[in-house]
Amino acid sequence: MIVNVAKPMEELKNLLADYRRVFILGCGGCPLGCETGGPARLEELKAELTRADRSVSGTQMIDFLCNKALVGAQLRYQVPALKNSDAVLVVSCGVGVQATAAMIDLPSLPANNTLNSQGMQGLWPSVERCDGCGDCLLHLTGGICPITRCAKNLINGQCGGTHDGKCEVENTRDCAWHLIYEKLKALGKLDNLKKLPKLRDYRNWDVSDRERHTTRWALEEDQLYQAPKAVGKQ
Amino acid sequence: MSKLKEALEAGTFAVTGELGPPKGVNIAAMMEEAEKYLKGCVLAVNVTDNQSSVMRIGSLGISAKLVSAGFEPVYQITCRDRNRLAIQSDILSGYLLGVRNILALTGDHPSLGDHPGARCVFDLDSVSLLHTIATMKNGKDLSGADLQGAPKELFAGASVTPGADPVEPQLLKMEKKVEAGARFFQTQAIYEPAKFEKFMKAAGKLKIPVLAGIVIVKSPAMAKYMNEKVAGVFVPDEIIKPLSAASKEDRPKVAIDLMAKLMKDLKPMCQGFHIMAMGWEKYVPELISKAGTA
Repeated sequence: MIVNVAKPMEELKNLLADYRRVFILGCGGCPLGCETGGPARLEELKAELTRADRSVSGTQMIDFLCNKALVGAQLRYQVPALKNSDAVLVVSCGVGVQATAAMIDLPSLPANNTLNSQGMQGLWPSVERCDGCGDCLLHLTGGICPITRCAKNLINGQCGGTHDGKCEVENTRDCAWHLIYEKLKALGKLDNLKKLPKLRDYRNWDVSDRERHTTRWALEEDQLYQAPKAVGKQ
Repeated sequence: MSKLKEALEAGTFAVTGELGPPKGVNIAAMMEEAEKYLKGCVLAVNVTDNQSSVMRIGSLGISAKLVSAGFEPVYQITCRDRNRLAIQSDILSGYLLGVRNILALTGDHPSLGDHPGARCVFDLDSVSLLHTIATMKNGKDLSGADLQGAPKELFAGASVTPGADPVEPQLLKMEKKVEAGARFFQTQAIYEPAKFEKFMKAAGKLKIPVLAGIVIVKSPAMAKYMNEKVAGVFVPDEIIKPLSAASKEDRPKVAIDLMAKLMKDLKPMCQGFHIMAMGWEKYVPELISKAGTA
């Protein structure tokens, strides 16, 4: 399972500052296990955003947002609502936000921070990767992750090594910051580049012992491992 | 006090040179070349930091050596090999040893160099490094703690690639660098005055001194290499053809004449030159005098 936690509501309001009409998209995979997603959180977010003077143009749950084909196929039914939206708030891990951004022309904004990948149940990523940096910036980068796609994990724009839109490390590899630039230009959001934080806080990149051992789906701790041990004791 | 800062703030045309430290502790040849060809000829001398990710003696050590030999160094710092603790500490060490100018660079990826298996750091990048320098000048470190003595006279610069295509991302980053504290720019090599003029027009609103980068094209093979491998650099046929036509003995003279003409074309558009001779230091005095910037 990919462990993710909800971004604080204040941060969500900030990252939604420029967008009035918001579509909320939820992943039916890991966020359910983490209790950071699912229909209940979508309803909660809808209520919070409505109170914060946003109009929620629609909500949808899709099983496994990391599966781009599924995201594309399912969102086809939401085209009318998406046409009435300024942005999509994606309640998933970083892979789901990137996969959604790759399938639609609207800004895709992360509702969660991703901490750790454990087990991988249901995970079906394409080129989108999430390193669980714990401080998701995808709302500023057009849904393209600079942490995993830039060879240097840069967060302040392209380095001097970018060549014809490719990376200095490998000439077949896209320069992440070239992709981000093109995407932000298409979205009319080049100003986002100025909003990126200068410094990163790397503390969230390494996860706490508790998050490291999260196996809430398999219930290993409680049922599979603890039960036989308990039996043995008797 | 930085002479480079004084010159650029007074609007005086400034020429800087560059030294690539050797791999090892024998720096006699490098220092001799510097004494012979750069002293009195350029205002300040850049010292590269493990250039192209190839391990060499450090830019801090050589910068300090240059200070004691009567040069003004531009201490290049990349973010590839050191995290924020090491970089801040090195900045203070450099200041203590008389280093005032710093060029803040992101740095090449280790996979391009001679230790391709090295882990890269990039805790900071060029923008956050400039922010770090500005913070330290104000008497604080990145944690917000007070410094016991601030490196107040630091003069920070950055680099930019005017020939990048598209150039807009470069300009956007240049603006971020200025906001973060860059007070001068030294550019990647330029061979196309028209393209540079367009770039300088767009960069004009930043009102920041730009030293145009001059890399002497020594041979047609070097031109071909740069065109294929070096990001944002294009050597046009007007430079390659005369070099190809010249005999091997005549090549240095032809190359210097071509670069001098290029510099004359570029001079009205910029506030200085940054000459990267890459082993041809001995031709630098002649190049500067022919370009009319002595």
